[in-house]
Amino acid sequence: MRRLAGFWFALPALAWILFFFALPVLIMAGYSVRPLNADGTMGPFSVADYAAFFAEPAYVTALIDSIITTLIVVAASTLLAYPFAWCIAYVVPKQYQRAALIAAILPFWTSYVVRSYAWLLALSPVGVVNKILLSLGLVGHPLMFAYNPQATEFGFVHFFLMLNTLTIYASLAQINPRYELAARDLGASAWRAFFEITLPLSIPGVAVGAFLTIVLCIGDYVTPQILGGFRELLLPQVIMMQIQRQLDLPMASTMSLLLTAVVALAYLSLQRWLKMARL
Amino acid sequence: MLQFRYAFSPRNLIRRLALSTLAFAVAAPMAQAAGTLNVLTWCDHEDPSLLQPFEAANGVKVNFKDIGSTADALAILGQSKPGDWDVIVMDETDTGRLERMGLLSPLEKADYPFATIPAAIANPKLTSVDGTLYTVPEKFGYNTIAFNKTAADPAAMQDIEAPWDAKYKGRVAVYDYYVPEIQYAALALGKNPDKLTDADLPAIKAKLLALKANAAMVGDVTTVQQALTTGAVDILVGGGEWVTAGIQTDSPNLTYTIPTQGGIRWQQGLGIFAASKNKPMGVKFIQYILSPEGQAKLATSSCYWGMPANTQAALTPAQKADLRWDEQATYIKHSYPYLQMTPAFDKKLQAMWAEVMQGK
Repeated sequence: MRRLAGFWFALPALAWILFFFALPVLIMAGYSVRPLNADGTMGPFSVADYAAFFAEPAYVTALIDSIITTLIVVAASTLLAYPFAWCIAYVVPKQYQRAALIAAILPFWTSYVVRSYAWLLALSPVGVVNKILLSLGLVGHPLMFAYNPQATEFGFVHFFLMLNTLTIYASLAQINPRYELAARDLGASAWRAFFEITLPLSIPGVAVGAFLTIVLCIGDYVTPQILGGFRELLLPQVIMMQIQRQLDLPMASTMSLLLTAVVALAYLSLQRWLKMARL
Repeated sequence: MLQFRYAFSPRNLIRRLALSTLAFAVAAPMAQAAGTLNVLTWCDHEDPSLLQPFEAANGVKVNFKDIGSTADALAILGQSKPGDWDVIVMDETDTGRLERMGLLSPLEKADYPFATIPAAIANPKLTSVDGTLYTVPEKFGYNTIAFNKTAADPAAMQDIEAPWDAKYKGRVAVYDYYVPEIQYAALALGKNPDKLTDADLPAIKAKLLALKANAAMVGDVTTVQQALTTGAVDILVGGGEWVTAGIQTDSPNLTYTIPTQGGIRWQQGLGIFAASKNKPMGVKFIQYILSPEGQAKLATSSCYWGMPANTQAALTPAQKADLRWDEQATYIKHSYPYLQMTPAFDKKLQAMWAEVMQGK
């Protein structure tokens, strides 16, 4: 009876997930196995679009590049966010921690698209970065900081640094400070206490931040479109190409499901650390 | 203890919500049918200065939905009921495609000023199917070469090969719409961009790879326009009056040209949906857009400028100069419309473009 009561309580959330997540994914899966005929109408059931995707080197490269870019962004965001979150949790006085967190996320109250274009202005050959370098005589001609994959990664890291700071801070703030004190009392150095006590206990926060970064980064279209200069086409851009002209929803669905599969693999890899109760 | 006049209860709330929903469901279609014209449009039809005279003269509200492409329109139509939309602004190379889908209503040629639309723009291949008119051209322009005339020699820009010149390495931007870029590369190879086949693709791909190697970046409308106006690049392949004409006052150093070998021409038109319940108002809307007043406002839209299809457009001499009015007869003669192609060939072009962007 108690089990049934729990089921009824969970039913609204379950229905929400089924209707707004599971059903759209199923519809997308249905589309992906109905490739378009030569005349643009939907054809019979077939995995031809999956075969066509893997037969086209540019599309496979786009998928691989998307995964590599995402991994680079996760690594860079985590490495930069961790010391930042550690300082907020352990250095900033408690009464100022909330203000410090707000200051960390304040820049992100602007539109994501506007922020990407702002970085384009800053990094372009005539942007403020090049102007400073030229005026200081450090370079003889403008350097190409924008319109390349590194600019895309930079734009991503700027955004996900904030996200990872929040998740890592949430994890650090939950660690009982007595653990580290006990380790220090027993003779551990500050570094050893950090690596053997603090860092392992903060891994859930790191994992949640990493997972959220993977989910949002791998499907992002705006940042590579604005900052990437098409030096490296990522899969979301290829998906948009399928839709923009011929509305090839079957091929777009195929590619989107492949991205979903990558996210699912990421979840399976990280799930032992994704302990939401710790956040 | 406070007492409320109307006690809150779930039953009360549900009853009120149900009555409101019923009232809305009845009122909304009525409001839609009487006094509104629903238009799927590109951003250049959204200026109040363009729409208000028509709305005032006809006692109607133009309810527009912004679309970026015909595919966007098809996606919206797929989520709408027949009759939800009345008029569409579209790339006229898609006229046949939408007609085959049964979406467009036949139009009467006598209702529109075709006598003052250049013959190449009024081309039945773009506006008609089997002799029946389905779309009316309203605006056109070019995907050719835009450049900063203080940084790139205007005489050199008359040669289509200029952007491939090593002299301009790192100073070139490429607009990221694959159809005109592929046709432009074909033109640079001496091919007819109107008649491309599978056999032409390897050479076109090599040409595009060479262009990309010489370019600083490939980008969308906003990115390439920003790059040209800020001086990050000096040449834009695929650019035209839509990039330079509207900003002539602020950036008089920017201009465009059609090289001796030719350029590519974009063209947009208006059609009425077959399921529209407001066809007479749709006809009036098209007639207004094609009027001298409507054409002048459309040509100089705050979103992007372009050539009005009607040569009687009430443009000022300064606007005509910015649009290179006097050169249009030559430009039209030396330009080719977008390729009309099968979905299968379009897929091949997209895949080739993706390979070029990946540098493969």
